Amino acid sequence: MTRPEASPTARTRSSHLVLVACALAAFIAVAALASLLLTIAVEGTGSLSWKFLTSFASRKAANAGILAPLAGSVWVCVICALVAIPMGIGTALYLEEYAKKSRLQGIIQLNISNLAGVPSIVYGLLALAAFVRFFGFRSGEKPLSFSIEWSELRVLAPGNPDSFWFVQAPFGSGVLAGGLTLALVVLPIMITASQEALRAVPKSLRQAAEALGSTHWQVAWRVTLPAALPTMMTGAILSISRALGEAAPLLVIGGFLMVLQTPTNLMSDFTVLPLQIYNWSGRPQEEFHRIAAAAIIVQLAVLLAFNALAIFVRQAFQKPLQS
Amino acid sequence: MRRFSAWYGGHQVLQSIDLDIPEHQVCAFIGPSGCGKSTLLRWVNRMNDSIAGARAEGSLALHGSDLLGRGVDVVALRRRVGMVFQKPNPFPKSIKDNVAFGARLHYRLTRADLDELVEKALRAAALWDEVKDRLGSPALGLSGGQQQRLCIARALAVDPEVLLMDEPCSALDPRSTASIEALIRQLRSNYTIVIVTHNMQQASRVSDTTAFFFEGKLIENGTTDLLFTSPTQKQTEDYVSGRFG
Repeated sequence: MTRPEASPTARTRSSHLVLVACALAAFIAVAALASLLLTIAVEGTGSLSWKFLTSFASRKAANAGILAPLAGSVWVCVICALVAIPMGIGTALYLEEYAKKSRLQGIIQLNISNLAGVPSIVYGLLALAAFVRFFGFRSGEKPLSFSIEWSELRVLAPGNPDSFWFVQAPFGSGVLAGGLTLALVVLPIMITASQEALRAVPKSLRQAAEALGSTHWQVAWRVTLPAALPTMMTGAILSISRALGEAAPLLVIGGFLMVLQTPTNLMSDFTVLPLQIYNWSGRPQEEFHRIAAAAIIVQLAVLLAFNALAIFVRQAFQKPLQS
Repeated sequence: MRRFSAWYGGHQVLQSIDLDIPEHQVCAFIGPSGCGKSTLLRWVNRMNDSIAGARAEGSLALHGSDLLGRGVDVVALRRRVGMVFQKPNPFPKSIKDNVAFGARLHYRLTRADLDELVEKALRAAALWDEVKDRLGSPALGLSGGQQQRLCIARALAVDPEVLLMDEPCSALDPRSTASIEALIRQLRSNYTIVIVTHNMQQASRVSDTTAFFFEGKLIENGTTDLLFTSPTQKQTEDYVSGRFG
């Protein structure tokens, strides 16, 4: 039997064409990123200095610095991490290890996947109603406030706003509201990452623990969770770096503030790096564009550091789980 | 067990099995793939509980106490009935932590007691001499045969009465298989062992009694010598002489 042969030259030619097309696509993507980084580096490096990192905002670009947004970013990201990581891992544990495969579980799962795609500004609106205003509970003008005086061990009401242990209800647009908002934004990512980490734990390990007489909780706590933790931590670090780059939801809850102090407690007003960049780059004066570029460099450096940390954690702590 | 039947969903895998497993002997389950022998084994320590749709009827008892009822404490049952799986599955922990895992679940032990228990279990599994100098090193660094003996030590450390083995040598090379088989013969004096195997030579080498399963039914059960040399059923004879399966 004879078959008509495809022309060999035509086949090599199409193979070359695909190669060129792919290389071109990669080049365009990298070139765009490189030109962006280059512009920012050229514009911003001149304004980078220790003084820039340790000064507050100012009406004069030459005196302005990013201490307040830097401190604000640290505060909200720490709060976000403290809330989102345990909640994310807890939810993932429940869904993977405990929840029966039911309709309800399917609906929850579908919703979590969809929530990851919701624009973050929507979370900002939710947070504005829920955390900043407590859905209108008491007027924002006269919040309930408390602070704890550790030296005398008593709770003051109304609280002292200068104390570290100062809390008010509703929260208002302080760092606590900001951190909770970002936690909402990253929770779906955190949950999904943790679920995938748990799913990657071989079934044989669970069976081994069960066969030795572990309770459900002992299996989860002593076997599954430790095995999944390095992967979860990688997910957590990437989630937090996402939170670090968010501006929109925080703009909704607080608007842009010219903050001239670092936060002292959970209720303190704050701003974050992306907001400061947004504000400066929107001004007409050329000098502010330069310091905006400098702030972008700082932001990028922090993000890269986080990603490097994620890679390090993955390399250093992930062990093979099976031979 | 009496009139024991089991299903996965609508599919019946075991039909009305009547079988007594004698104490302090090795009992082998043989039969072609899919005959239900592993399923039966996994019902004894209720490992099928976590499989959706798995259910069983009839009775299954250990020293007269029922194992199937709703009120049975599965955790306590699994302390009495240990299990070794087809593929070695040590935890990604140190050798010592692997052996101590079960003991830590069930007992509150001092450090010295724990060390003693680990040594005892490793000796019982004929692994002590090979690993005594590196108890802290990762278990996954051991060879396949050593890992499987570690899994046996891990099961022995909770002091079970019965040890279930689901094709414990199928993932191992011949030398490791020989060492596991030697170990099984040693363990017989202290434990009741049930072993599922595809390897007829293995069944004849290690077991005292053998049960032959085919398509969900127990075809024949008796001492290993008799079953292999003069089977009463045609199917058994065909299977043990290698004509099918």
